[in-house]
Formats: sequence, C-alpha cells, structure tokens
Amino acid sequence: MTIAIALIVLVVATVLFHFLSPWWFTPIASNWQTVDSTVDVTFWVTGVVFVAVNLFLAYAIIRYRHRKGNKAHYEPENKKLEWWLTGITSVGIAAMLAPGLSVWANFVTVPEGADVVEVLGQQWAWTYRFPGKDGQLGASDANLISVDNPFGMDPNDPVGQDDHLVASPELHLPIDRPVKILLRAKDVNHQFAVPQFRVKMDMVPGMVTYFWLTPTRTGEFDVLCEQLCGVAHFAMRGRVVVDKQEDFETWLAAQPTFERTLMASKGDAEAGKALFTACTACHGAQGEGNRELNAPKLSGQSDWYLVRQLQSFKGGVRGAHEQDTYAKQMIPFATMLADDTAIKNVVAYIKTLPEVRPAASVVGDPVRGRELYQTCTSCHGAKAQGIWATNAPRLSNMSDWYMARQLRNFRDGIRGGHPQDFHGAQMRSMTQILADDATIADVLDYVRTL
Amino acid sequence: MAFVAIADRDHEHALHDPQSFIRKYIWSQDHKVIAIQYALVATAIGLVALVMSVLMRLQLGFPDTFNFIAPQEYYQYITMHGMIMVIYLLTALFLGGFGNYLIPLMLGSRDMVFPYLNMLSFWVYLLAVLVLVASFFVPGGPTGAGWTLYPPQAVLPGTPGASWGIICMLASLAIFIVAFTMGGLNYATTILQARCRGMTFMRMPLSIWGIFMATILGLLAFPALFVSAIMMALDAVVGTSFFMPAISSMGETTRYSGGSPLLFQHLFWFFGHPEVYIVALPAFGIVSDLLSTHARRNIFGYRMMVWAILAIGCLSFVVWAHHMYVSGMNPYFGFFFATTTLIIAVPTAIKVYNWVLTIWRGDVHLTVPMLFAIGFIFTFINGGLTGLFLGNVTVDVPLSGTYFVVAHFHMVMGLSPIMVVFGAIYHWYPKITGRMFDERLGKLHFWLTFVGAYCIFLPMHYLGILGVPRRYYGYPDAIQFIPPSVHEANQWISISAMIVAATQLVFLYNLIHSYFKGPVADGNPWRATTLEWQTPETPPKHGNWGKELPEVHRWAYDYSVPGAPQDFIPQNVPHSETTPAGREHGVPT
Repeated sequence: MTIAIALIVLVVATVLFHFLSPWWFTPIASNWQTVDSTVDVTFWVTGVVFVAVNLFLAYAIIRYRHRKGNKAHYEPENKKLEWWLTGITSVGIAAMLAPGLSVWANFVTVPEGADVVEVLGQQWAWTYRFPGKDGQLGASDANLISVDNPFGMDPNDPVGQDDHLVASPELHLPIDRPVKILLRAKDVNHQFAVPQFRVKMDMVPGMVTYFWLTPTRTGEFDVLCEQLCGVAHFAMRGRVVVDKQEDFETWLAAQPTFERTLMASKGDAEAGKALFTACTACHGAQGEGNRELNAPKLSGQSDWYLVRQLQSFKGGVRGAHEQDTYAKQMIPFATMLADDTAIKNVVAYIKTLPEVRPAASVVGDPVRGRELYQTCTSCHGAKAQGIWATNAPRLSNMSDWYMARQLRNFRDGIRGGHPQDFHGAQMRSMTQILADDATIADVLDYVRTL
Repeated sequence: MAFVAIADRDHEHALHDPQSFIRKYIWSQDHKVIAIQYALVATAIGLVALVMSVLMRLQLGFPDTFNFIAPQEYYQYITMHGMIMVIYLLTALFLGGFGNYLIPLMLGSRDMVFPYLNMLSFWVYLLAVLVLVASFFVPGGPTGAGWTLYPPQAVLPGTPGASWGIICMLASLAIFIVAFTMGGLNYATTILQARCRGMTFMRMPLSIWGIFMATILGLLAFPALFVSAIMMALDAVVGTSFFMPAISSMGETTRYSGGSPLLFQHLFWFFGHPEVYIVALPAFGIVSDLLSTHARRNIFGYRMMVWAILAIGCLSFVVWAHHMYVSGMNPYFGFFFATTTLIIAVPTAIKVYNWVLTIWRGDVHLTVPMLFAIGFIFTFINGGLTGLFLGNVTVDVPLSGTYFVVAHFHMVMGLSPIMVVFGAIYHWYPKITGRMFDERLGKLHFWLTFVGAYCIFLPMHYLGILGVPRRYYGYPDAIQFIPPSVHEANQWISISAMIVAATQLVFLYNLIHSYFKGPVADGNPWRATTLEWQTPETPPKHGNWGKELPEVHRWAYDYSVPGAPQDFIPQNVPHSETTPAGREHGVPT
C-alpha cells in the first residue's frame, strides 16, 4: 500500500518538478527551433506514458493487494489486449520518430552558399580559421604543426595564403547567415558545443567533421568541449560572439592571414637589446629578476609566453583587476613597446640572456608538492619546462615568490578574470586544487627540484 | 527428447561429493559455490566503485571543501566507476552469479555441463579483477579516459594513466572476456543440453530466457571489445596505428598515421550496446519471475515475453551507432540508427505492459523482493522513456554530452538492474543460505535506495536539458548559462548519493547478520513454482536433486490456477495430481 502511494507521490512530484524546475533549455540563438519542438513532442508523448502507466501500476497494487481470501485471476495471455497495446505503442513511437527524422533531413543538408569556418581543437584550447577571398580553405596536415605554424597549414598551398587565422578561443560569426562549421582536431577527440545553438559535433583527429547553423541573435555564448579530452577537459573554454554583419567584417579584417603570419618578424635580438635597457632597472641586467622590486626572472622563460604577456599588459587584459597592483605597474612599461615587432625584438634579446638559478624563497614540503604537481604536468610538462601547445609557460628555474603570488592571484580571481584572458581563466579553474598558501608552497618547492 | 540426454544419464554416475574444505569452497566445481564466489568478488569490487562515486559527488557538490580530489583523480574515478559497475559488477553478477546459481537449479540439472570450465571461468574472472585493481598501484594510476576508453585520448599524454593504467585496463578486459567466454559457452550449452525431462523451451522460467539471451549476446558482442583492446594495446605499446591518425600531441609530431579513432568507437559500441542488454535481459527475466511469484499470478503474456526477449536481443546488434550521433560519423547513418533504436522500444514497452498486467488482477504480496520489483518497473519506465529522447537522433543532439545522458543511463542500466539484483538476492536468499533475512531492514534498504536514487537522478535530467556538460571536474563560475542554482542542485544530488551509498551498509549487514542469526528458512518460503524451490534440501546439496532428477509437467507460472488446492503448482507436479485447468485456459505447454 505504501509503495502505491509512493508511486503516486513520485509521479506527481516528477510532473511538478518538470513544470517548476528552474532549469530548462537556454534561450535559443540559432535556426534550430525545430530541434526544440521535436523535444517538446517527445516530452508530451513520453510524459503521458509515464503518468498513465505508473498511475495504473499504483492503482493495480492498491486494488489487488493481498487481503485474506483474495485470489489472483488466472489468465496466461490476452492476445487482443497485447496487440492493442503493441499498436498504440507503435503509433506513439512513429509520432516521435517522424518529426525527428524530418528535422534530421535538414541537419544533413547544408544550405547552398553557406559561409565556411573551421574550428581547430587541441588540448585544451580552440582556434579558428576563415577562408580568404577565394572562399576556400588551404590544405593542412597534422605533421606540419609547430610553434611557428600552429594551424599545420601547408605553406606551399596557394589557396591557404589568404586564410584568416584566429589564434584565440574567441570566434565571431555574422548574424542570420548560414554557416557550415568544419571541425578539425590536432590531438584527441573534442566536441564543439554551444548550448544556445542546440547543434554540435565531435571533432576527430585525422578527419574533418561538420555541422551547420544560422545564428539568429547577437550576443556572446560559451563554447564548451563536450567530448572528454583529458585532464583539463572541463577548462577547455571558448566563446562565440554573434555580430552584425559589418562588425563581423571589421573583426575578420583584423585577423591576420596565413601569409602575414609567415612574414611576421621572428624578432631581432640586436634591436631588442636597446629596448631591454628600460627593463633592466627592475628585472636586472641579465633578466635575473629582483624580488625587492617585485620583478620576476625573465631569462629562460618561454618566448611565446613573454610575447603574449607583453601583449596582454599592453592591451589591458592583464592588470585589469584593481588588486593586481604589480601587474598595473607593468602596464606603462609594456606600452613603451610600440608594436608587435618591438615586443618580439625584446623577447628575442631576453632569449639570449644567460640562465641563472634564482634564489629559493618559498619553503614547503616537496614530497607533497610532487603529488600535487601531477595535475600540473599535463600542461606544464613533467620537468616544468613549459609546453607551447598547451599555452603553459616554463616553471622550472623561475622566481618562486613570483609564481606563489600568481597562483594566489589566480585562485582569488585577481588574475585570469578578464573576459579576453582565456588561458588565465583556464589556470583559474586549475587552481581549485590549491586550497591554501601552504599547498602552493609545497608545489613550488617541488618545482624547484626539477 | 534428445536435449535431455546428458541430464538424464547423470544418475548412472555415483555423486562424488567433494570432502575437503578447499575442494568444497575454494577450488569448487559446484555451480552454486562458483555463483557465490562470483557474487562476492563482484560485490567487493562494486563497493570500490561505489566509494568512487561518493568521491566524485564530494567534488561536484562541495568542490571547495573537498579539494584533495585533483582533476586527474576525478577522471580516474569516473572511468573506473563506470567500467567496474558495467562489466565487473553487473555483467559478472547477473551471468556469473545468478546465471550460475539459477541455470542448473531452474532447469533441473545437477550442475553445469562443464564444471571444470566453470571453475576456471571464475578464477580467470578473479584474475581480471586483480589486474584491474593493480592498475591503481602502477605509476600514473588507473586510466582516466572515461569508461569508453576512446583513443587517441586514452593512450596519449594529457590523460591520466595513459602509459600504465590503460594497459592494465585493456589487459584486464581481455582477461575478463576470456573468463566470460568460458562461462558463457557453459551457460548456453547447459541451457540447450541439460534441461531435465519435460523442461521444454517454452516451459523455461523467464529468468533463464533472459540469462540465455544475454549469454548469446555476450558471446557475440564481447569479441568486438576483445579485438579493440588488443588493437589499442598494440597502438600504445608497439606503435601501430589501428586507431591513431597523424597527430600532433602536446606540440610534438607523433609517429602515428592513417588509423581511425571512429573505428574504435564502432567496435566499442558494437559491443557496448548489446552490453546494455547483457545486463538488462537477465534483469528483465528475473524481475518477471519475482513479479509473478509475489503477485501470485501467472506472468502475463509469457509467449510475448519470450519473443520480446529474442527480438530485443537481435535488434540490440543493429542500434549501436545511436551512441555516435555526434561522433563525426557520416550523419546519414542517423536515419537508420534512429529508426532501429525506436523500433526496439516496442518489444521493450510490451515487457513493461506485461509486468504491470501481471500485478493487475493479482494477489499482490508486498514482500521485500516485490518492493524492489515494483521499484524496478518505476525506474525502468523512467529510464526507458528518456531512451526515446536519446535514441531519436534530432532530440539526442542537444542532450548528448550533458547530464541528461548521465541521468538516463544510470536510471535504465544502473538503478533498474540494481533494483532487480537486490530483489533477486532477497528472493533467493532463503534458498542460498537456508535462512531468512530481516524483513524490516530489507524494507529500510528498499525505501532509502529507491527514493534516494530517484532524488539523485531526477534533477540530473533537467541539468542536462539546461546544457550542463557531463565529465566536468568543476563548473567554473565563468560559464554564463549555468546559474548558481545548479550548484545547489549538485549539493542536493551529492547528499542524496551519500545517503544511498550509506544505505548499502544496511543491506550488507542484513545479509551477513541473517546468515548467522536469521530464522531457518522453509525450502519454499515464497510458495514458488519453479524447480529451484523444489530441491530435497535447502540449501541444495552438491548435485542438487538427491537420487532422482525432477521431471517437469507444466510451465513455470501455474499460480492461482482455478480449482487447485493451493495458489501455486510446482513445475514438477504431474497433471494427474491436479485439475487440468491449465490446458483449458490455453497455457502454453
């Protein structure tokens, strides 16, 4: 008897939960309303079955519960009833399948003249590529991927020279234009998913997959990876910005073409030497760092990382938080570097500076630190040498007091909170595991041993 | 009857009861002992997986408080939890445990037809479990690639356990499949060859039909997993490229080229989908018998039930790619697999109707096994219906990769089969141990598990509809569309999960305590018709039947036959001793 009442209560509670739940589809931002309506049809059909069968079950339990003298009805089968039930079920199934398949027929048919964009996934970041004026994407190959050619473009393919390369996890799309999204992965499976678009698809290394949609409202939407891709899967984040056509075009024009990235300066150390004099006051003549002046060691740091940080300081992406005092100090100095060429020159010079071992200032428990560092190896490398592909700078042989402060800043949201600081946000997610300052000291004490 | 030859000849041999403790309980060839060995090992490793689920829930519900769980550990927990629950607990328990115990007893045979192979099957299974456990102690720990073990991720840096852990996992799976194959051939052969006199196919209890079909599915599906495991191990160790295309991993070009990650997914799900039914069909069969016995009514539509089991078994081999709608396979496959998947809902729905119609016009005794059986119907209806969302390709797309999927498969192949496992353990406990369990503790176990688990999984569906992705170690506040209320939901789910997990201690206590202190059970306490309740001794001795094998005269569901003196007629009672009511009512014979 209690079980029958429990069933009724659960059915009622489920239905109420369904209608009162604060969690429902995000407001749609694409042409796929038909997907939502297929879901609605499915909810109605299955909802009716759920309520009807469970309530009948509860009724049967109450009505036919054991009481003295009761006897069950002996009836091995009832062909007529069974065929009726089979028939009704088949109708219900068809009612769900038919709209589903008809929407799917749309899904597999990319409209003619749809724009094309390629999404390139890697552990654990997104980049994008648009075809140039020719409307075609150039050839690419996983074996060509390197720090200077992160998209793996074929430099000899004339078609690819005018492709726009977006080396940031933020993608812009124009509103109301159908777009075929081509998906490519460098290393493992990923999935390009934007809940507001409703449609999504895995990206698989070795092949190009696709889906299509038409964005129907402007705004910013989170890009999530929804295919498990390793330790930082949950931190693999990007953003789609749906723009008006003219805003989109302005943005796209600002994205370098492959040709331009090939011609871009690799940096001239001689020219950088003069620029570096401004840095020496704080960071030291050899870039060895100075704790009293809150200037970290620069020599030996990954060059691509130094470039990105200088750009971030300059662009206000780093040092935006009001409590990030020392980063704010750096902004005017970074602004002294006139353009990307100047930045690359000074970094090229830093690269020539001799390696020195910084003094130890953070003391912790390196044995515990070693265990904690297991999480960090995935991006920063087992030797803390830094890995360009995961956007993770070198940690070994760098100023430990500086890293301690940065880890605290990440953890407390002082660094990595700027909407354009995708890699910083990733690091913020990872610092969840660093509960307190002692934990941070443990990790850094271990890093010192590497 | 050619089929009964082996069982029939058996009485010519003297029965050699094993004497020593070791031969009786360790190197035992008795199917009942082997069943218990399987069940104990499966339960032990299942408890490990249960603890891992609690650790995951601590991280998801209270990330700030329990920050000793690092991302790589979280991914190792989800992987091992899934793999252990699906393969090492549910598959092993239903087939190695219940299959072993019930097949000879329900069919009236003395033992499996290959007792030595049966013993070997258990010990190889134990080896598989030990290799699995060993992966926790190798450098880097167990694999954290997700239970689906998708390459290239599973064997590349960036994934926990990508060097040692994955090799242990693949080795353990291969060993498990060897064990299963030995057991499975034995179960199928016994069912085909060693049924007692009169036990025709259409008189077999549905438990046996479910176990039989699941065994056939296993024998046909596991080889796909076996070859995938071997090929992936070769990719990882020798450097072949079965599943590995040209890859740039962590900025370095690898030596791989030309392989296909999607090939693995096809192989995996060619196994993986039948695997769902390897677990579900024994549960379907067993729950049918529980419902019939405790409702004192014949199972409704027996023949339709048998055909439904066969239809589901066959269809389960042509639906696998519904796990891959957004995998990047040719999207045109969606039409075919959505259609086959929704068709499989028809025989499944028939089963649900017939369970409910078995209760209807019955004489329902709300015993502990019956409560679990009813709980199963409820959770299975829920989980089955959400399967219609995910099977229908268009509806699947927005929901795939979200908590809706997690909720669906836990409801349909986690919670539902586990409800049957509990019901079945309570049901056969008196036969296995000769003692009754504590009914009040059994009811407490039921209520907390049933209601608690629903509290876990119901909200998950709605988080999934919102778009909350699964397999996320944490939900950084920067995900715009995830409101703070999701965090509260996660706390609620975690607390429910811990209550349900703790409740299982009540279950274990009940089993252990009752084994020593429970009241001595009658040989047939539920007044059931099937043969295992008609053994001369309880628990049944070696050889099961004493001198004479039973002879079957009727189907397994003669409950409440009009005119019969009692509300059940055991299968081995001849028609001459009862009224011929059965035939008049068109009982299948």
